[in-house]
Amino acid sequence: MLAPEKIWWKPMGRMEKTWLTVAFVWCVFLTVMMPLWYFMGKQNVPTETYRTTPAEFAAEVNAFVEQYKVGEDTINGITLPVVEAPAGSDVYIRASTWQWYPILQMRKGETYRLHISSMDLQHGFSLQPVNINLQILPNYDYVATIVPTSTGDFTIVCNEFCSLGHHTMIGKIIVKESGE
Amino acid sequence: MASLSQTFPWTSGAKDDYRVCGVTTLKVDMHAERLIIANAVMAVVTLALGGLFALLIALTRWQAIHLLDAAWFYRLLTLHGIDMLVAWVVFFEMAGLHFGSTALLNARHAAPKLAWAGWGMMTVGGLMANFVVLFDPQSIVTFTAYVPLKAHPLFYLSYILFAVGALIQVITFFINITVAKREKRFEGSLPLAVFGLMTAAILAVYTLLEGAAAIVPAFLWSLGMFDYYDPGIYRNFFWGFGHPAQQVNLAAMVSIWYMLAQMTVGIRPVNEKFSRLAFILYLFFINLGSAHHLLVDPGLTFAWKAVNTSYAMYLAVLGSMMHAFSIPAAMEIALRAKGYNKGLFGWLRNGPWNEPGFSGLVVSMILFGWIGGVTGVTIGTEQINMLVHNTLRLPGHFHATVVGGTTTAFMAFTYYVIPLIFRKELKLKKWAVWQPYVYGVGSALVSLGMIVSGLQGVARRNWDITFAGVVPGTVELSLAIFGIGALIAVTGGIMYITIVLASILTGPRKEPEGLLLVSGTNNPLLDSTKLTDEQMEDKQNQPKGTLVLVFAFLVWFAVYYLTNWWLLGRTWFIR
Repeated sequence: MLAPEKIWWKPMGRMEKTWLTVAFVWCVFLTVMMPLWYFMGKQNVPTETYRTTPAEFAAEVNAFVEQYKVGEDTINGITLPVVEAPAGSDVYIRASTWQWYPILQMRKGETYRLHISSMDLQHGFSLQPVNINLQILPNYDYVATIVPTSTGDFTIVCNEFCSLGHHTMIGKIIVKESGE
Repeated sequence: MASLSQTFPWTSGAKDDYRVCGVTTLKVDMHAERLIIANAVMAVVTLALGGLFALLIALTRWQAIHLLDAAWFYRLLTLHGIDMLVAWVVFFEMAGLHFGSTALLNARHAAPKLAWAGWGMMTVGGLMANFVVLFDPQSIVTFTAYVPLKAHPLFYLSYILFAVGALIQVITFFINITVAKREKRFEGSLPLAVFGLMTAAILAVYTLLEGAAAIVPAFLWSLGMFDYYDPGIYRNFFWGFGHPAQQVNLAAMVSIWYMLAQMTVGIRPVNEKFSRLAFILYLFFINLGSAHHLLVDPGLTFAWKAVNTSYAMYLAVLGSMMHAFSIPAAMEIALRAKGYNKGLFGWLRNGPWNEPGFSGLVVSMILFGWIGGVTGVTIGTEQINMLVHNTLRLPGHFHATVVGGTTTAFMAFTYYVIPLIFRKELKLKKWAVWQPYVYGVGSALVSLGMIVSGLQGVARRNWDITFAGVVPGTVELSLAIFGIGALIAVTGGIMYITIVLASILTGPRKEPEGLLLVSGTNNPLLDSTKLTDEQMEDKQNQPKGTLVLVFAFLVWFAVYYLTNWWLLGRTWFIR
């Protein structure tokens, strides 16, 4: 709180130097981890993105559902198509207040190019319980290349506030074994 | 008693209207004093509002109680964010800036009218935001108001008024320092605490300009002047405001840490250069951290995210780790020099644990660093963020930093502002002794409850998670811990507000008698000037205990960080 001495630029003590060095090395380690995982890790944040519009994306989703629909299921009392495309295909999920459309069916261990975009507000794609979370914006077609590594029914929760019915916005992804 | 204030003559004339503080011997400009009081009062008012909303929303998220309906939950969540994250901390910081740029520099307030205009705009803006959100259902947009969610134009106008008002008050800080230097009110370098406040003020200018870049277009868009506002661009600018606003808190809080340490145990900074370099690292690198909020957004590259989220090379983290050493080290030396020399931690055991400025400081440092800092760096890692984004782990992190860290420190500092600036006797001293502990335990439980819930995938900003149908019983437990923590923290908050109101509203104006509130009659500020170079360098007094503490901290940091990579490695493959 008080004025420093006239000349305060003094060499650091031994302990300060020790801590500064150790802390700096730790910071370098933290920095290196990200590119290391980027090249070696199997879980990276998707970056592939395309410009789109709600109308354009909705048309793509509808064509996709029409081509690959395999059944129906209900969420919140609303009947939704269940859609399964062959492994390696582009698959689509449309976010809108307050629905994830359609229900996707996938096979464990196969790769899919998952396109997600919003029709209206910002939404949060939160896949549970595997706990993968992505931000979904209107006019951005976000493409995640994913490989499900577990089977079962997975819930998509919306975790970005999208006005009053936000908490009712639930979707589903079904993952089955390859041979089933 | 020797005068601590420098002895330059004040320029004569009507401009000078000051008193000399009997305890600190600092000159207090009366304009500055009134501005400090006005800002502090608004800070406490907004804290009380935000605290009431905190209680109600916490009792709603506590699934077993689930108090409010959805609309009220989201409405009060919006206001809780505005009142706490912006209004309370910014008002308090403004009080701090007026104090730092006048009393600590032996200087006068050179632009009181301008500062009052800024205060008025902030007050109108803050109250307007509360009214708009309370009465206009369209403006339930949460604190972030993500485009294309469209609030009432008055909502954006209230943000703009508040931000411009804050910017004006920050500008008077720079005016004061410039005038003080020109009038030779102080000699040489700024005191360390003012240097830290200067860092906060510079960060604040940048922050508020970014806020304008986000909110002004949103205001025009809400008026219908254009149709499309890119949501990604909005997010970029909004977080250029939202995140750095918390870095302003950080710099202000660290300055207050140094002040509390000096006021309660009489520290001398171990090495001015070391501490100042740490502030400089904040200045240059910390605002890159805005990218923390955009890590799982579409449209951005890995390189952009990695460079920004890591503050270039975790250099701002390095700054915090330097302070984390230098403040406890200075405290250790000061206490060892008093003779508390037994073992590694004898000095710590003998600290004035009943002095709220000391206990508040320790609670604040522990919660900020051990919970807030460690979780923050971890979830700000590009890939790990995928596990965390918009889950309750996120508010779990910033309730440790902003509530357990910043707010605890600001509260503890208030107890000294009341006798020294308000010139009222601090009432309910026994409560003040306990308050930092109660508040600290409460906010720690809030953070931990949120973090453990978020680890299990529970979303933040969500009225009722049972819709998801994937809620294991363990979530009920962790949400209950969060709720119980909130009750304890709110109790601590009520204690604080009661102490402040009881002190400033009752009893006559009274010149302060001593610096310490409960733990003694000595004046640590004066003691700190008597610490000699020999004592500072004495082998007996070296901060060995602190070195052990910071290494323990590093081990905990590494364990938490690496565990999160392990968790990430177990989820689906994604690219």
